[in-house]
Amino acid sequence: MTGLAVQDLFVTLDQTQVLHGVSCQTPPGGWLCLIGPNGAGKSTVLRAAAGLLTYGGTIRLGEADLGSLRGRARARAIAYVPQAPVLPPDMLVADYVLLGRTPHLGYLSRPGRRDRLVAEAALGQLDVSQFTGRRLEQMSGGERQRVVLARALAAEPSVLLLDEPTSMLDIGHQQQVLELVDGLRRSAGLTVVSTLHDLTIAGQYADELVLLNAGRVAAAGSAAAVLTPDLIAQVYSARVEVRKGHDGRPVVAPVRNVQ
Amino acid sequence: MRPRRPGSRAALIGAAAAFVVAAALVSVFVGAANLNPVAVATAMAGKVPFLGVHSGLSPLDSAVLFQIRLPRIVLGALVGALLAVTGAGYQGVFRNPLVDSGMLGASAGAGLGATIAIVYLGGLGPAVVPVAAFTGSLAGVAIASLAGAIGAARGSLGSGTATLLLAGIAVGMFLTAAQTVVLQRSAQVLQQVYSWLLGSLSGASWQQVIEILPYAGVSVAVILLHGRHLDVLSVGDDEARALGINPQAVRAIAIGSCALAAAAAVAVSGLIGFVGIIVPHVARRLAGPSYLMVLPLSLLGGAGFLVLADTLARTVLAPSELPIGVVTALIGAPAFIWVLRGTRAVDT
Ligand SMILES: Nc1ncnc2c1ncn2[C@@H]1O[C@H](COP(=O)(O)OP(=O)(O)O)[C@@H](O)[C@H]1O
Ligand SMILES: [Mg+2]
Repeated sequence: MTGLAVQDLFVTLDQTQVLHGVSCQTPPGGWLCLIGPNGAGKSTVLRAAAGLLTYGGTIRLGEADLGSLRGRARARAIAYVPQAPVLPPDMLVADYVLLGRTPHLGYLSRPGRRDRLVAEAALGQLDVSQFTGRRLEQMSGGERQRVVLARALAAEPSVLLLDEPTSMLDIGHQQQVLELVDGLRRSAGLTVVSTLHDLTIAGQYADELVLLNAGRVAAAGSAAAVLTPDLIAQVYSARVEVRKGHDGRPVVAPVRNVQ
Repeated sequence: MRPRRPGSRAALIGAAAAFVVAAALVSVFVGAANLNPVAVATAMAGKVPFLGVHSGLSPLDSAVLFQIRLPRIVLGALVGALLAVTGAGYQGVFRNPLVDSGMLGASAGAGLGATIAIVYLGGLGPAVVPVAAFTGSLAGVAIASLAGAIGAARGSLGSGTATLLLAGIAVGMFLTAAQTVVLQRSAQVLQQVYSWLLGSLSGASWQQVIEILPYAGVSVAVILLHGRHLDVLSVGDDEARALGINPQAVRAIAIGSCALAAAAAVAVSGLIGFVGIIVPHVARRLAGPSYLMVLPLSLLGGAGFLVLADTLARTVLAPSELPIGVVTALIGAPAFIWVLRGTRAVDT
């Protein structure tokens, strides 16, 4: 049970300042969702939290400072699914998911029985058990995305960082994956930090939305507070209407400009 | 084409080990002095302490077997194993199946070292050439790595492995040019230098086996222990780091031990190409891409392959010998085309 707190995050990439003091946090078992237009800095926040970037400011993992954790300890606590994972075409699905166990293995040890069982369970949770003997190149986009998630879950993390985890999935699989992640955070206390480009879906699953714009937090709070037509117009330059769904959560619908 | 499920691991390793034994047996019995199989068997049994079997070989045949043919087979197996494991290791480091053991300036450095030894240090006796080749090979990799690190720090070619590969090519060309300059100044040793460059196991001795064994043992052990880490590198540096692996450290360790393995091989055999590409490729076809399998299969496959290649080298034009580098190139170049056929685009 570990929460994540980002405070005053500054990141500079290739001499360009990309994040200008971003703060956001989520309690253990919470779901924080970063939204914002392309290039706003969503992926950069996740990459910093995954320990892949040098940054200014602090990121706390529970009580611990992220910077004080060494690679393997950090990797055991935080699993990261990038926006565009590298998938070696020849690698078998089973071997790929087993890579998720890497943070639990001693430097010279190899995956054992328990590692295999955890990997198999993760494959089962994402409904891709039937593909274990396939090569990654033989999988459809949606199947690959689920396999990548299975690798992340195989690490048994306490924090899951998901960068656009459903971009390749049809609406049914989107729901299936998000429900699964939601179930894990409710049952196992998994903390989730994700980006999602579908605002309605983001509002349904996250309990805290952070709207980023040009490397700064434009708004943060509940879905009802952040997903307003005015804010969306201002940040995305989009024309939308926001209705209340039957669960009370906002439904964001684009509106065509009819002359 | 490729089996959907890779064969059972133990069965593949067993088959590869059987291949080494078969290659060694073929090599024992084929050659200028035809040895009688039964006599060889009793002679070998005679070497086992306390068995009390008397050798059925004449003293001359016995000398051929124990002082010429066996050390040559063992050295060939050792060199083949080193070259193939090195190739496989570099392929994991650079995520590119077309990289060979002699890259990063290793072959060119060895060539320059050997040439300098032959041209300038001939007075110190023949033992100085392997030492110079060994040193030159390691120096070549060190210079290429340094150049690659400088290039990667200033340039913008991603994770730096592409920069390193290109730096290796440039350093290799430079060292080869330097070697040519040295050679131009003393044409009388041309023959000797070229025969070294083309590779040969004709001078094989137990002494050489013993000399390279420590380097071979250490470097191969380190490479084999990093198979899992090389597998993790195949998902790219970012994800490897997110999995708690330090890609730079893994690459440095793998390159260091591969450089040592290649230097040990080159010191006793000269330049032998293609083994490091062909053998790991076949291993991949048989067992899939995991380095946990590719590395040990390459080790065994390389050993058997080079013993067979050397048997061809000393028999096809008997009584004269073909340089073994020529044999591996004659087999390897067409096989390389075959490798290219089955290779998809890779990022480096
Ligand atoms: N390596 C890099 N060098 C320079 N700028 C970068 C680099 N990576 C990303 N950026 C810039 O950082 C900004 C934020 O990128 P990113 O976090 O990927 O945005 P998002 O995920 O919100 O679409 C973008 O303007 C992008 O162009
Ligand atoms: Mg992004």
